[in-house]
Amino acid sequence: MRASRRLWLAFFLAPATLLFAVFVTYPIFSALAYSLYEWEGIARRGFIGLGNFVRLFQTFPYPRLLGNAFWHNVVVFALTMLIQNVAGLAFALILSRGPRGARVYRVIYFLPVTLSLVIVGFMWALFLNPVFGVVNKGLAAVGLGALARPWLGDPQTALITLTLINAWRWVGFPTLVFLAGINAIPDEYLEAARIDGASEWQATRNVIFPLLAPAFTIIVTLTFIGSFNWFELPYVVQGLSGPPNRATDVLGLLFYRTAFGEVDTGLQDIGVGSAIAVLMFIVMVAVSTFGALYLRRREVEVA
Amino acid sequence: MSRRVVALLTVVLLVMAVLPPAARSQEPVKLTFWSWRTEDKWAYDRMIRLFQSRNPGIRVEFIPFRPTEYNTILSSGLTAGKGPDIIHLRAYGGLETFSAAGHIAPLDFDRVPELRRFSLQTLTGARGRKDGKLYGVPFATQTLVVFYNKKILAQHNLSLPKSWNEFLGVLKSLKDRGVTPLANGAKEGWTLEVLSGVVAPNFYGGSTFFEAVTRGQTTFRDPTYTNAIAKMLDLRPYMATGFMGVDYATMQQLFINEQAAMFIGGSWEIGFFRQQNKNLDFDVFALPAERADQAPWVSSFADGNYGINAKTPHMDAALKFIRFTATTEFGQMFTDLLSQTSAVPGVVIKDPVLKNVQSMNRKATPYIMLVGFRWQAPTGSTLLQSALQAMMAGTMTPAQVGEEVTRGLSAWVESFRR
Repeated sequence: MRASRRLWLAFFLAPATLLFAVFVTYPIFSALAYSLYEWEGIARRGFIGLGNFVRLFQTFPYPRLLGNAFWHNVVVFALTMLIQNVAGLAFALILSRGPRGARVYRVIYFLPVTLSLVIVGFMWALFLNPVFGVVNKGLAAVGLGALARPWLGDPQTALITLTLINAWRWVGFPTLVFLAGINAIPDEYLEAARIDGASEWQATRNVIFPLLAPAFTIIVTLTFIGSFNWFELPYVVQGLSGPPNRATDVLGLLFYRTAFGEVDTGLQDIGVGSAIAVLMFIVMVAVSTFGALYLRRREVEVA
Repeated sequence: MSRRVVALLTVVLLVMAVLPPAARSQEPVKLTFWSWRTEDKWAYDRMIRLFQSRNPGIRVEFIPFRPTEYNTILSSGLTAGKGPDIIHLRAYGGLETFSAAGHIAPLDFDRVPELRRFSLQTLTGARGRKDGKLYGVPFATQTLVVFYNKKILAQHNLSLPKSWNEFLGVLKSLKDRGVTPLANGAKEGWTLEVLSGVVAPNFYGGSTFFEAVTRGQTTFRDPTYTNAIAKMLDLRPYMATGFMGVDYATMQQLFINEQAAMFIGGSWEIGFFRQQNKNLDFDVFALPAERADQAPWVSSFADGNYGINAKTPHMDAALKFIRFTATTEFGQMFTDLLSQTSAVPGVVIKDPVLKNVQSMNRKATPYIMLVGFRWQAPTGSTLLQSALQAMMAGTMTPAQVGEEVTRGLSAWVESFRR
């Protein structure tokens, strides 16, 4: 009985394990292996140990590019938490009270999530185009023409603008997760709090928030992974080089650019590119694990 | 009886199976040809049809990929041993990436005698830097120029400038009359490198500086160079609104829709401009030098090459096709269909704008980063493009740009280390 059960388990797990091994484990280990070799164009030469890592940390401009891109990932994470997830939480709190049209709003908030990222990026790039775009034209129309700027080309605004586009696209997701979390809280808890004379804010702060901790853990972890893996949107909107002057460069772009080369501009440096990939992987695994463990401890189970 | 028939049939079938070469010789050899020129597919298909009519035994299939993904697709294809037979390759360092890895079949004057007639300068774009061997047939040379809308200039009674100051004067009078003088933007770094390739050579002294810097006698810290790129700052007031956010597609649209009077770019635009707006009346000029009595420099470079996959099973057929691309007949078709200057000697240019480009090339200087400093990572282009964006945004001085580029290049250019 036991043996056949195990066999069944193995049978059902095998396809997923196989896919995981081929598409996740193998690439990670091959990147690790690649990072330890010297490369000439796309040809692998001799084993050089940590040579690529030394180059990444010591040869200008790599250390600066790496630090700059890493910092941008941190900024994107912080801004996304602050803007997208706080807005998501607010939307969820409002929707949970079932205002008129709550269902419609739920769909509206979630709609951008279903759009292809390429379309979202392309659309916003058009809106923000300094010559033809509706954003600057709209600002001029309402007498705020002085505020018009090349949002995606100005080093001061480019990264924030990209983060906002990303938040616009994703905000429905934390909204949905938080809303599900709030809806899962038994009504008795809130009723009891109200009977005890808790104000709205007190009920939210002391009943809803602690019970939302599991949802919070998921959202923080996913936001972290999303921010540090960020690639598609900056790539679609800004291209590979993180313009202007690396103001929107993130680790994903830096990795791609270094490993595969920018067309007509840069050359492939697979060694250093793989080294960047390995570093990204280590950072993400470490932080996600510790973050999840730490946040997990703070969670409260609904009895 | 029926057994005999079966036996006979079996024998016939076996004989047919044993004699595949005879059967195969009927079937044409199929060559695949990978490229990043999606928009030129129609022209290549026509040229290939001509080749096939001459060589009935060979079929060629032109397969273009998105330019931004081409390098990645080609690299993985070649490393996996599944690349095409014929490869559209870039020139200089972009070629070396693949040739140094042994993926491209070396050519020489014996295998492709047509190459003997090519100019030495175009062939440098097809040579490996380390081994000096030829790896492809150059297909085009490109020149960096100023495009201008004839109608707009005529409307405002402006004539072509003869000196740098006159050029700035023309831009100013256009702006005063409410016309966007330059379509150029800065969102895509490479368009700024092109801009520097048009503006700077006249001020750094063209090929003299190129020779000096590539031979290690000076660096990009040299004020000769940094003062030259500083001239780009004079153009900022005349570029498109919010030029820092203006991408390449917007630049093109501004010029094509006659919303901007000039466009600083490369000769590869001619065909596209024509296609997009049949009524666009445009021509080109070389950006004038500081004084009217100096002939201006133009930056030019070999665009790329057609090469052969070193592992192709159809080497003879591939060589036949490659030799075809080196014939004047092919070059003539290439120039006529695509409005680009073919690298093949003896091609007669009919396009009046392209003719103009050709005459400018009498004083051509190598496009500095592409020809001289795109051989290893980080490339001079990568470094320069980003630094120029900072310069145009006002966060870096020209001297800092020179410092940044020199420092970055010193990773592999020994003479730049100090």
